[in-house]
Amino acid sequence: MSRRDEILGRIREGLRLRVHEPKRAATSSDGVRTGLTTREWLPAVPNDPEGIVETFARNCVELRTQYYRVTGLPELSGKLFELKDSEGWKLIASHRDPILDSILPSLGLPFLLAEDRPATADVERADVGITRCDALIAQTGSILLTARSAGGRALSVLPPHHVAIARESQLLPDLPAAFELLNKTYGDAYPSLITLITGPSRTGDIERILVLGAHGPRTLTIILLRDPR
Amino acid sequence: MSSIFESQFRASATKLTADLRHRSLIRKALKGYEKSRDEKKARFQDWEAARQAAAETKWEAINHLDKYLSEFADNLARRGTKVFWASTAEEARNYILNLAREKQAKTIIKSKTMTSEEIHLNEVLAKAGYEVVESDLGEFIVQLRDEAPYHLVFPAMHLTRNEISHLFHEKLGSPETDNPEELTMTVRRDMRIRYCKADIGISGANFAVAETGMIAITENEGNARLTTSLPKIHVALLGIEKVLPKLSDLALFLPMLATVGTGQQLTCYNSMIGGPRQPGETDGPEEFHVILLDNRRTHLLADAEQRDALHCIRCGACLNVCPIFRNVGGQTYGTTYQGPIGSVITPHLRGLRDWKHLSFASSLCGACTEACPVKIDLHHHLLQNRRNAVVLGTGKLDRIAFRGFAFLVNHPGVFGVAVKAGRLVQRLHRLIASSKIDPLRAWTASREAPVIAKESFRQYWKSRHK
Repeated sequence: MSRRDEILGRIREGLRLRVHEPKRAATSSDGVRTGLTTREWLPAVPNDPEGIVETFARNCVELRTQYYRVTGLPELSGKLFELKDSEGWKLIASHRDPILDSILPSLGLPFLLAEDRPATADVERADVGITRCDALIAQTGSILLTARSAGGRALSVLPPHHVAIARESQLLPDLPAAFELLNKTYGDAYPSLITLITGPSRTGDIERILVLGAHGPRTLTIILLRDPR
Repeated sequence: MSSIFESQFRASATKLTADLRHRSLIRKALKGYEKSRDEKKARFQDWEAARQAAAETKWEAINHLDKYLSEFADNLARRGTKVFWASTAEEARNYILNLAREKQAKTIIKSKTMTSEEIHLNEVLAKAGYEVVESDLGEFIVQLRDEAPYHLVFPAMHLTRNEISHLFHEKLGSPETDNPEELTMTVRRDMRIRYCKADIGISGANFAVAETGMIAITENEGNARLTTSLPKIHVALLGIEKVLPKLSDLALFLPMLATVGTGQQLTCYNSMIGGPRQPGETDGPEEFHVILLDNRRTHLLADAEQRDALHCIRCGACLNVCPIFRNVGGQTYGTTYQGPIGSVITPHLRGLRDWKHLSFASSLCGACTEACPVKIDLHHHLLQNRRNAVVLGTGKLDRIAFRGFAFLVNHPGVFGVAVKAGRLVQRLHRLIASSKIDPLRAWTASREAPVIAKESFRQYWKSRHK
């Protein structure tokens, strides 16, 4: 008998004694269950597009994420130029993508592309990792990205500053919508890593005092790109 | 008959409950947590319904564990992950040891995993000559101090910044500072080098998604992401109870875990890993191993009464509200899993005879049950453990005392005499109460015995009906 069968056998043996299912018709603290889906229990998110953007922006402030909303590619590259100057970037790590391809060269800096398989030590030396993502989530102020949409696993966590660029159409209201999107986008062929990034890396392990940049990026910037009308 | 673990527990609890510095440190640390936890909880449209749904989802997973675990393993294997089923701690350790040997690994980096504490992985790997480093800041601190984590979620919450500064100065040669940020940066710099040269990264998992064959890791620092991204081999070690049926279940569990675990809406990084680097991906480990650990969890599963203890998502919420934990401290328990949940499951994982005392060290106030996001009936389980411990056999003294008590209450005449004698003895006893020669010192040292009334109920009843 294989180890697997051994353990599964013990599980089946243990489960022979059945226990009552918890009451399905649950009641909430005030007597009524307000909804039947996760969406109806989680924190509320406004219905209108502007309300969703505002919720997202408010969460960014709370999380200490830098958040900018720009219109059109020229404004986007202007914003990146500004960041480059104020932080004195010397090396950029990024990946192939239509938007990034059209903007990176204009910054006038050397850049590494994930597709060229740069050495880990080189990516570590980069001042910033610039990536795209799958979606933004207003409810929690999160970025949803995968190894496929954001140039692999290391790009968004190894350099000290992570800049994520998303189109406004990628902004989703809540977590259930994010998981629906994953299923729709990847079906059965999920990337090997999916991650929700919610604010810059942090720790409270010393006297529960918040310190940013524990092991991952100290700075997280999200740029929301609006299409020009 | 008390086990050595019980004597250790008593000694440490006695010391720490009188340690006011420890008490104020823990209170201060938990105060901020309580505020942000309540604030984040209030943002839910219906927290109680969310708890109920989480309990139902875990019930479904645990009560069909064979089905979901098979699905999880098959889905992982389908995309190139090696799944190893370990019945015991030793089998899990040996698998990792053999892997390290076979790959000629030298350094191993770890992100926080309580399951590895459970199987004492670090000791075994270190003994075999491997350099093993904990990358989570809190875990790294307790590793440097060569001690067990204090808390499931906050491993170093019992230490002040000055103690940590001394530690770093002594072990890493960094300059003394009282700035938590500088201390954090010292570890960041040190760890960066290690991520890049480590041959194997070992992580735990918070959830195992059956539907898609993915592990989910919740963290704040980014150390788990680096541990699972940079080394060529990633090994994830998890208990068989971590399973959730569907990927979309995470939409509920991730925010609930963050809310009660750390008082956040969502922790910084929630990563779902479903395999080694896939075709077309630019980086990631070449090999991904998942170890599914039983280690007597099936023993708990077979106990229908306490099966729901396997619903636990290790959020630490029950520790934070427990009056016992807050006074005796996490390391007093002597277990991998501290607090109420640890007191409930440790007798199943390591034997009731040695660990029954934990269930007696409880006020049964029920704060744990109320705090639990998956509605584990914790304080009733503590009571059940007490009952099971009695069934297992009680001490001689207990038996004599109860036999004597039974005799007294069954013989009204003798009882009356005993009460009279008791009044006299109590008056005499007061002279020596809580002193060194007091035979009842264990009780009187910190409590006052109730005074036997001047008139018994029977006397009162008789006088009323004259």
